[in-house]
Amino acid sequence: MTTTLLERPSLSGPAEAGDGDATFVTLTVADQLCGIPVLGVRDVLGEQTITRIPLASPEIAGSLNLRGRIVTAIDLRRRLSLPAPPEGAERMSVVVELAGELYALLVDQVSEVMTLQTNSFEQNPPTLPPQWSEFSAGIYRLQGRLLVVLDVGRLLSIGPLLRGRA
Amino acid sequence: MDDLLADFLTETNESLAELDVALVKLERAPDDDDTLALIFRLVHTIKGTCGFLGLPRLEHVAHAAENVLGRVRDKLLPVTPEIVTVILAALDRIKEIVEGLATSGTEIQGDDTALVEALDAASNGRTPAPASATLAPIVSAPVVSAPVVVAPVVVAAAPPPPAPVVAVAPPPAEAPPPPAAALPEQAPEIQPESAAGPQTIRVGVDVLEDLMTLVSELVLTRNQLLQLARMQEARNGEPSGFTVPLQRLSHITSDLQEGVMKTRMQPIGHAWQKLPRLVRDLARDVGKKIELVMRGAETELDRQVLELIKDPLTHMVRNSGDHGLEKAEIRRAAGKPETGRITLNAYHEGGHIIIEIADDGAGLPADRIRAKVLSKGLATEAELAGMNDNEIQRFIFRAGFSTAAEVTAVSGRGVGMDVVKTNIEKIGGTIDLKSVPGRGTTFTIKIPLTLAIVSALIVEAAGERFAIPQLSVVELVRARLEAGSEEDTSPMVEHIHGTPVLRLRDRLLPLVNLGDLLALPATAGSDRSAHVVVVQVGVTQLGIIVDRVFDTEEIVVKPVAPILRHITMFSGNTILGDGSVIMILDPNGIARATGATSAASADRKGERDASEGHALAAGSHSRTAMLLFRAGGQEPKAVPLGLVARLEDLARDRIEFSAGQPVTQYRGKLMPLVPLSGAIDPAAERHAVLVFSDSSGTQERSMGLVVDEIVDVVEDHLHIELSGDRPGLLGTAVIAGKATDVIDIGHWLTMAAQDWFRRSDNASGSAGQQRLLIVEDSDFFRQLLVPTLAAAGYHVTAAREANEALRLREAGVMFDAIVSDIEMPGIDGPALVRQIRAAGPWAQLPVIALTSHASPEHIEAGRAAGFTDYVAKFEREALLASLKQCLAAAARPAHGASFAHAA
Repeated sequence: MTTTLLERPSLSGPAEAGDGDATFVTLTVADQLCGIPVLGVRDVLGEQTITRIPLASPEIAGSLNLRGRIVTAIDLRRRLSLPAPPEGAERMSVVVELAGELYALLVDQVSEVMTLQTNSFEQNPPTLPPQWSEFSAGIYRLQGRLLVVLDVGRLLSIGPLLRGRA
Repeated sequence: MDDLLADFLTETNESLAELDVALVKLERAPDDDDTLALIFRLVHTIKGTCGFLGLPRLEHVAHAAENVLGRVRDKLLPVTPEIVTVILAALDRIKEIVEGLATSGTEIQGDDTALVEALDAASNGRTPAPASATLAPIVSAPVVSAPVVVAPVVVAAAPPPPAPVVAVAPPPAEAPPPPAAALPEQAPEIQPESAAGPQTIRVGVDVLEDLMTLVSELVLTRNQLLQLARMQEARNGEPSGFTVPLQRLSHITSDLQEGVMKTRMQPIGHAWQKLPRLVRDLARDVGKKIELVMRGAETELDRQVLELIKDPLTHMVRNSGDHGLEKAEIRRAAGKPETGRITLNAYHEGGHIIIEIADDGAGLPADRIRAKVLSKGLATEAELAGMNDNEIQRFIFRAGFSTAAEVTAVSGRGVGMDVVKTNIEKIGGTIDLKSVPGRGTTFTIKIPLTLAIVSALIVEAAGERFAIPQLSVVELVRARLEAGSEEDTSPMVEHIHGTPVLRLRDRLLPLVNLGDLLALPATAGSDRSAHVVVVQVGVTQLGIIVDRVFDTEEIVVKPVAPILRHITMFSGNTILGDGSVIMILDPNGIARATGATSAASADRKGERDASEGHALAAGSHSRTAMLLFRAGGQEPKAVPLGLVARLEDLARDRIEFSAGQPVTQYRGKLMPLVPLSGAIDPAAERHAVLVFSDSSGTQERSMGLVVDEIVDVVEDHLHIELSGDRPGLLGTAVIAGKATDVIDIGHWLTMAAQDWFRRSDNASGSAGQQRLLIVEDSDFFRQLLVPTLAAAGYHVTAAREANEALRLREAGVMFDAIVSDIEMPGIDGPALVRQIRAAGPWAQLPVIALTSHASPEHIEAGRAAGFTDYVAKFEREALLASLKQCLAAAARPAHGASFAHAA
């Protein structure tokens, strides 16, 4: 069932840790560490029953019931053109809000909430593969690893109205 | 804005609506002192309050109007239409000022001198006739009559005036409840004379909406709890301690749900309030005598539904007055009373509300509609021959249809009944009509009482569950999929060329397999029978084949996420009692989708036999890639992507002018530019340009169509509803769920270069014109092909369907070659070519197939059927080359079977 790690983070929370710092929920997709700004995150869920939606874009995994609200689930691996996860692998989702609607981003693993300093932030390197550069808002250099900041708005720009333009 | 002003606005708006009704009533019954007193009191209240709030302009106008009314009340002035008109003009001005107040919070500036003078003249007994003529421009001039719902901030402070608040009935326990929302007649008694304590309180609509959402959630949670309890009982074999409190919770929830629903109910009279005034003005404008009778105004329905039917109703009443009723002299000649009558009647029937709009006019002229249908190409002579008058009259619901021979200011602009029908269907309603010549027309609208909670049938297809609104389900039929034993008498699913149909009570019911339709992978089942859900869509019925049928469930319809809105097959989604999410099917969307796929599914069967892997592709069979763009307006326009050579984004300075014509240097040449909206916007930094190019022959010619913005590329079923009266447009189609104008490229190409189609680089002209027969069911492709081929020097005859072509053969018409579509309703391409090859004068003619999908399997099947060649649709060059080659080969003794182009 639902594992709620954070519920509607308040403004006084870790988000305002320091001047210019930013706080992210970190997650992994196909071994890549990514981050989503914590203020946009509404929930973190464990494995869920997802109803498939026929005729929808392949990135759309389906819809799920989050305490009485219907949430559309986006398969982040498919959205980023990554290989499918191993069979039977449990997946988690990060629920984000965009324009009043909730969306669940299906990821391999959700790890922790991290506050990162601005001085470790970099723009996308020009060599970043297109499927990443399209959805990355920049990179943080962490100790030993790199964190890709995901642009939720662009991730959710799915559907016929926006695909033709790309 | 302060609370005082917000209250004033709400109250004044209600008074104004009442005044409209009362004044029209007064005009008809000038001696009705009660009505006159009511009018005087209302105007007086408005005037008094504005004085108090410091609104001088409003007070000035109201005061002048009150003066006139005072003299009328004191019998110093008679009630004449002129007096009523000038009072109505004053009310209109008050409305404008009030609207301005609602948006800006202060009185807007304006000049009321002429109006006040007219009022004063009236009160002094002088006829305000000249004034009334000059009133109209003054009334509309000073104020932008913007919709009142502007910035959300303002709305939060003061709800938008038109019926922003519903009155809530007190709990039934305290007193015998008055009608839930104050009726127009009762309102004055309740407001100023509320000595007995308030019977109603004002509650913001958003509060009620929130309440409704919460109750909906509560209902769902209760359903979940009940299911859990049932499961637990089944497991333990004994009732748990929760049973009794749960039952109680269940009851309370149901009562609560009912109560909250009640607060949302409003009498339909609210939607009718503006009609008496509208009919009066209409009667004046068109010079007819019209009486409006309203029955069942107290019939209640959900305010959401009410809002949605307001506009369609207004439109229909206007239509009845304008087109339905005859002029007085014609009525007199026909022996009818001079005054025409429009009757509105509303009543409950089952879970529906029925609204009838009837007029006693001339009835719908079936013969004129017939002629119009033919001229618009909405149906063929043959199709019309098989229809009765009622079926022909229903064509007025089709897009782009308008019976009025002349366009009047009131109606007859060609968007009419089809919009009404679409809006009514959008809320799960239906509309039908009955018309008797000389006696009048009655429209019957059937709509659900509420949209929030609906009853739905849960079905399963290919392992997935779906909900179908019970409202559209007519019946459930169990059908055999294959011929079984003798004693099994259930109807059998039969196939006409691969399209499943069902014989149901002497009628052929078209079927659609839900799994196929939704492109779900077929489950390996050895089921020998299927469930058919018969649904009603408009006047037609359709059978949906599903694997299983479960229960019906009360569901709360929730809209799907914006990123799923383009899938027209679903009207929403919901959460079932077991907590799972389920998609709600939209029968209208399914019917639309199958209208296009029914022909395509004919050869789908063969394809499936050939390769299993194609099963998924079959779903998107007859889709066409369309480029959507905007030009000269917000509404989207479209052109088949296959026709567009390139898309360009030109900077302003790249556009030059040659002999007054915009051109650009493009690939070393000058390319003419044609702005679709009529002119190139000099202010725009960049211009989106669709490049059309024609590279056949020795030179490449290009033309750029300048549009405002390129919106999208979508794949959709192209279903053009023709409206041939606008040059440059082929018609309107629903693309990505929106009505979209499909542009006629041929028109714009000739604008760029007069001789675009006339240059003929094949030498056929000298050898006499060769005759071509085009068989193509799609209006769009036919319209595209005929000019293209005619331009290439052929003499072209077009047939809409195979039978039409075969009739030409019987009539002895001869051609040099035939170009035929593959997928057509009735006899399809392969069947046609088999008949052509079988015998007759056409047996040796080259026949070229046009197809949207040229896979090796198709080509092989086409060759077997007898096609000479296969060409993909939109491949203009390939078609011309193929024709040349086929005609050359046909000139030699043996007709060659060259499949070079398709390969």
